[in-house]
Amino acid sequence: MSTNTQVFEGGFANPVMGAQQIFRALMDAMANPGRVFDVPELVAAPAPLTPVMAAIAATLFDHDATVWCDKSISASKEAIGWLKFHTGLELVSDPAAAQFALVKDVAAMPSFEAFAKGTSEYPDRSTTVILQLDGFEGENVLTLRGPGIKDTQDFAPSQLPKMFIDQWTGNRAAFPRGIDLIFAGREALAALPRTTRVAKKEA
Amino acid sequence: MTELATYNFAYLDEQTKRMIRRAILKAIAIPGYQVPFASREMPMPYGWGTGGVQVTAAVIGPDDRLKVIDQGADDTTNAVSIRAFFQKTANVRVTTSTTEATIIQTRHRIPETPLTAGQILVYQVPIPEPLRFLEPRETETRKMHALEEYGLMHVKLYEDIARHGHIATTYAYPVKVEGRYVMDPSPTPKFDNPKMHRSPALQLFGAGREKRIYAVPPYTEVVSLDFEDHPFEIQSFSEPCALCGARGTYLDEVILDDKGGSMFVCSDTDFCEDRQAHGHCGHLSANPAEAAE
Amino acid sequence: MYVAVKGGETAIRNAHKLLADKRRGDRSVPSIRLDQIVEQLALGVDRVMAEGSLYDLELAALAIKQARGDMIEAIFLVRAYRTTLPRFGYTLPVETAAMAIERRISATFKDLPGGQLLGPTFDYTHRLLDPELAADAAVEAPEERVEETHEPAPRVTDILGHHGMIETDGELPEGTAPGDLTREPLAFPLERDLRLQALARGDEGFLLGLAYSTQRGYARSHPFVGEIRIGEVEVELEVAELDFPLTLGRIRLTECQMVNQFKGSAKQPPQFTRGYGLVFGQSERKAMSMSLCDRALRARELGEDVTAAAQDEEFVISHSDNVQSTGFVEHLKLPHYVDFQAELDLVRRMRAEHERRDVQETAE
Repeated sequence: MSTNTQVFEGGFANPVMGAQQIFRALMDAMANPGRVFDVPELVAAPAPLTPVMAAIAATLFDHDATVWCDKSISASKEAIGWLKFHTGLELVSDPAAAQFALVKDVAAMPSFEAFAKGTSEYPDRSTTVILQLDGFEGENVLTLRGPGIKDTQDFAPSQLPKMFIDQWTGNRAAFPRGIDLIFAGREALAALPRTTRVAKKEA
Repeated sequence: MTELATYNFAYLDEQTKRMIRRAILKAIAIPGYQVPFASREMPMPYGWGTGGVQVTAAVIGPDDRLKVIDQGADDTTNAVSIRAFFQKTANVRVTTSTTEATIIQTRHRIPETPLTAGQILVYQVPIPEPLRFLEPRETETRKMHALEEYGLMHVKLYEDIARHGHIATTYAYPVKVEGRYVMDPSPTPKFDNPKMHRSPALQLFGAGREKRIYAVPPYTEVVSLDFEDHPFEIQSFSEPCALCGARGTYLDEVILDDKGGSMFVCSDTDFCEDRQAHGHCGHLSANPAEAAE
Repeated sequence: MYVAVKGGETAIRNAHKLLADKRRGDRSVPSIRLDQIVEQLALGVDRVMAEGSLYDLELAALAIKQARGDMIEAIFLVRAYRTTLPRFGYTLPVETAAMAIERRISATFKDLPGGQLLGPTFDYTHRLLDPELAADAAVEAPEERVEETHEPAPRVTDILGHHGMIETDGELPEGTAPGDLTREPLAFPLERDLRLQALARGDEGFLLGLAYSTQRGYARSHPFVGEIRIGEVEVELEVAELDFPLTLGRIRLTECQMVNQFKGSAKQPPQFTRGYGLVFGQSERKAMSMSLCDRALRARELGEDVTAAAQDEEFVISHSDNVQSTGFVEHLKLPHYVDFQAELDLVRRMRAEHERRDVQETAE
């Protein structure tokens, strides 16, 4: 397949219904932190973007959205071309200026401090970071508590940013400022809003 | 279908939906905080549910079943009008049953039947800012929220007590969400406030004219403001519903004559009709013979 | 036995049928055509276009007909349609100095390049009802200017500007695109671009009242009408493939440049300040009110005390939109049984407590 076809093809077959379906999963995920929601693979984007990651981008981004991409994504002309063609997004080089961040290489991602946390008057002016993962059957299980969770929720993403619990505790302490995380797995997604309290699961 | 030809699914264009969807995600992440959004002009007047309609339109899909209530009733004219709007523009399935609905858009009530996980309650909000009547300026109230400076609200409630012996706020009674933001629950009677607390449903609030969206995720602390010596309490009605005999529901007063005659009936028509269908009767119901219960 | 009121759906359907019937009125009277509205109720059409913020004569006429002549309802219809239209691009700023002028007056200079041109104005008509108009008498053709070449008519503010007598037009910082309140939520305080957009869409009556209040001393600004001009301007779009802008068509505008109270300081020589009004179609009242309000709202920028309603940005801009205002005022018609019941219950309880206290006091 030529570069051009890769860039121009693979969007939602039905943009209205596709975006609605993905958004509902995202909304449910944000409202139920750590719960994994299955989503069908509705788009096909060039590597390294996975179908779920690309579908989230196609659902949330347009020319009013500022987006930062990590090195492994921005290194792919095809991936960037696809994102630009299908969403019209505005790429930014400073993660603190981004409404959204796309991270493929989770272990190497910048510290949470590098992103926008919003202001105390406008805490919504913060970055939503979207992480691309293998899945939700990781070895390290986290216990989540907070709004959206009845008692506790187990959460085991296959990859996590470095020093995750420490970093997340810092993020939590800045509330109402802070970043929110979306996890794009394979045929599934989950989210951690800034309100969620995270601990290592007791054995 | 020709009627539909010129408008997108659920009326809003996709770019508008994306903008609203981004605001909804932020609203859920910051419970009780009012997210500004570029509310659009809708084909119904501002103040008549344009915020709720925009939220519903951004969320709704072909698998949903929509219920619309105004004052607790499915049959009030504005509820009928909004339901018809979504039937026309989204061809969506509608219901009057609280339990069957996946999305319930409401004005002024929370259904009596407890909501369940997975349901979405969309409130139409006229004035989203709980501090607005104390301080009309947006620039000031925004600072007060930022600094968590809610003393003025307590002073206002306490002045009521000093003057009237009661907190004189009976609807749109302010709540604190997850210990942080003071939030306006929309003009629901304070009777409904306890239903918001740790509700399994997702609660979304849309204020179209004032261009704000806010949210309460499931299982979130929602506490009505009060004082140790004047704890929050809800209204109670001395008589049961005249049609279904229910106690402990919110009642509408219906005037029967010009000599002071009136009766009280459930404001939640679905709840009331369901009870009547299951044989419950009140003293004025259609079949008084069965009112022995 | 009691049967609950039902039938909201039928009631609405019947109300719509009745409305359509009333709209049409007596069937023996010919139905009014859109071209008649466009031609003969032109200033009404202009107001609907201006406050509806959509330049389309025929749609505005349709809205007026559909709204039975209720202007705010017509404006609302146009707005609700406008919001669904896709954006293809943004035109270049229109050049009002190059306007094909139909009317142009200045209250500051007796004569000036391009001259004064009275044009089609009510100004010096005697307001006497004209029975001949009712009888549909024939109308004479107007006098027309013969010469084809129009003398250039530079804007009065540009003439004053050459001598530094008036402040320059504000410039947005490099790289800033003008805001659009229909696409972004307003966040106070605003910049002048968004304020002017809000005023251009604002209710003529509301702005007129505020403008009047500034003249009566609530934030007086010593205004002079530098110039009012009405006429058509070209609307141009830059297209990526072309090295010249594409002309899309012409629109009629009314522009008002108000010359106001001078300011100066030890460092700066005194200069007049500006208030600006620009409106679709022919509407001097709106353009003048807008320019007075614009000037009043620049108080903060010009270091003046904010003491009056017309200077209060949040107050003016939050309440100038008649579609918003009418919606919220009229929403009081909607049922409020539930909240009223809550209030009723509280007042009853408090009255009962009051009575008990009275009885107790009498007993003591």
